[in-house]
Amino acid sequence: MRQSEKKRNQTDWWREIKKARWAYVFISPFYILFAIFGLYPMLLSIYLSFTRWKGVGPMEFAGLVNFALIPQDKIFWQSMANGVILFFLYVPVMLFLALVLAVILNSGRVRGFRFFRTLIFLPFITNMVAAGFAFQILLEKQNGLFNVLLRYVGLAGVPWLEDVWWARISLSLLIIWAWLGYNMVIMLAGLQTIPRELTEAALVDGASPQQAFFKVTVPLMRPVILFCLITSTIGSFGLFTEVSTLTRGGPVNATITPLLRIYGVAFGSYQFGYASALAYTFFALIFFLTIIQFRLNREKE
Amino acid sequence: MLRSEKLFTTILLYGVLILISIFMILPFVWMLSTSFKLPQDIFGFPPQIIPPTFTLENYRFIFEEKNLLRILLNTIIVSGASALLSLFFTSLGGYGFAKFNFPAKNVLFSMLLATMIIPGAVMMVPSFVIMRNLGWVDTFWPLIVPGAANAFGIFFFRQYISSINDELMDAARIDGASEFRIFWSIILPIIAPGLTSLGLIFFMGNWNNYLGPLIYLKSPENWTITLAINALIGGAGLTYWGPQMAMSVISLLPLLVIFLVFQRQFVEGITAGAVKG
Repeated sequence: MRQSEKKRNQTDWWREIKKARWAYVFISPFYILFAIFGLYPMLLSIYLSFTRWKGVGPMEFAGLVNFALIPQDKIFWQSMANGVILFFLYVPVMLFLALVLAVILNSGRVRGFRFFRTLIFLPFITNMVAAGFAFQILLEKQNGLFNVLLRYVGLAGVPWLEDVWWARISLSLLIIWAWLGYNMVIMLAGLQTIPRELTEAALVDGASPQQAFFKVTVPLMRPVILFCLITSTIGSFGLFTEVSTLTRGGPVNATITPLLRIYGVAFGSYQFGYASALAYTFFALIFFLTIIQFRLNREKE
Repeated sequence: MLRSEKLFTTILLYGVLILISIFMILPFVWMLSTSFKLPQDIFGFPPQIIPPTFTLENYRFIFEEKNLLRILLNTIIVSGASALLSLFFTSLGGYGFAKFNFPAKNVLFSMLLATMIIPGAVMMVPSFVIMRNLGWVDTFWPLIVPGAANAFGIFFFRQYISSINDELMDAARIDGASEFRIFWSIILPIIAPGLTSLGLIFFMGNWNNYLGPLIYLKSPENWTITLAINALIGGAGLTYWGPQMAMSVISLLPLLVIFLVFQRQFVEGITAGAVKG
């Protein structure tokens, strides 16, 4: 009795699969490509991280040697620290500005909505190689436009790319320039889902515009802000092009990022085994960080 | 609110907008201006927006001596091919998830979403090894194939196609149309706006990609535009700033035109995942 029931369930299952065979065909490209270009590299990378290998020639099993080197890899830990530093340097400013701009454009109190939105969004479509070099020209120490303007108003010029902290600030400027419009557009879309009557009601009840912003708009926008925050977190640890064209990781590794370090170890000094171990350590740390962010968010809710 | 107070707020709002807009536009202005300057004027004092001596030499140099037409062709091939291929496979996958029920569907979809957390660049070493074994280094394949059925696109199209009414598909099925035919002649035309949105984003992503070409494209005749711009740093402080900015201007023009024409679709593609998801 039970046996036959089980059998019937099984045939039902097979019939369902057969009926939906086209769906499996349609979704299969993702899984095939992921197996070849995602899963397989991930497994290969585990193997590589236990070897010493220059990319060509014999692969030498090295046990845990690569992982044992990581705690002393000052440049790698500097790059992780830089990820955190850069995050705090640009993310709060960028997200605050993005929200303020979105609120201004959404308020209906200024003309030229499309004009300003287009202008502010424009850097997002720019490749960061071109942008990085353009910023280098603007930030040049002697006759770069920024320093000339600073001296013109009576201030001292700034070693934008030559000093540890100024280089980080310059990098933050470039990143804010590039990503402000993207975040603003997302916040605008979020604002449009909030009924305008809510803030208007608060204003009628005697709240100041600032109060309406912080007490009504910001709380309602929390999910959207969180989305921007998470993408920016991942973004600040995944920086590569911006850094490699504006500061090349310098001065003295002040702006080096994890990807730049891994790239350098892999394709600069051809230590494929060590680079794989670094990549896995980096991935584990990022994964941990994302989980914490999600947890914190859930607890608050 | 008092009238003067209102006026003050309006001025303040415009002030913020204009100040930020200037900061946004400045690098573009400088790029354009530098691209028409002589080498000695680029860091001349005082910095000038209008080149003191207007020259087209920088543009001549990149077209005639840096093989720019070939570079542009490479970039168009990589970006175009990968955008088209990605659109096909992601919309097909999105259709599969949106309109069919099948065993293990939820598990498969969760798996797909989970892969989005993996930063692709972390796998640069093993991916390079695999591409080398395939003989794909210094070809366009590594930039086109691996992302052809990406999770983001499938997720996007699943949302998009879910809102389509089933009646059209059922009617076609009764008429004996094959499942693929239904996708090709009924679904694709309906989701055309979504295809435009995501196609633009895919195209832009590949056009502006730097790390991928840096790892895989070795010989100068295979370079894409970002590599070619970067290659104009001659080493030891000998950057060809003028030609570099000229090439930067050229690298921006196609995207600028596309963006200005399709701005609405572009913004829709960008915001689709963020606000609903």
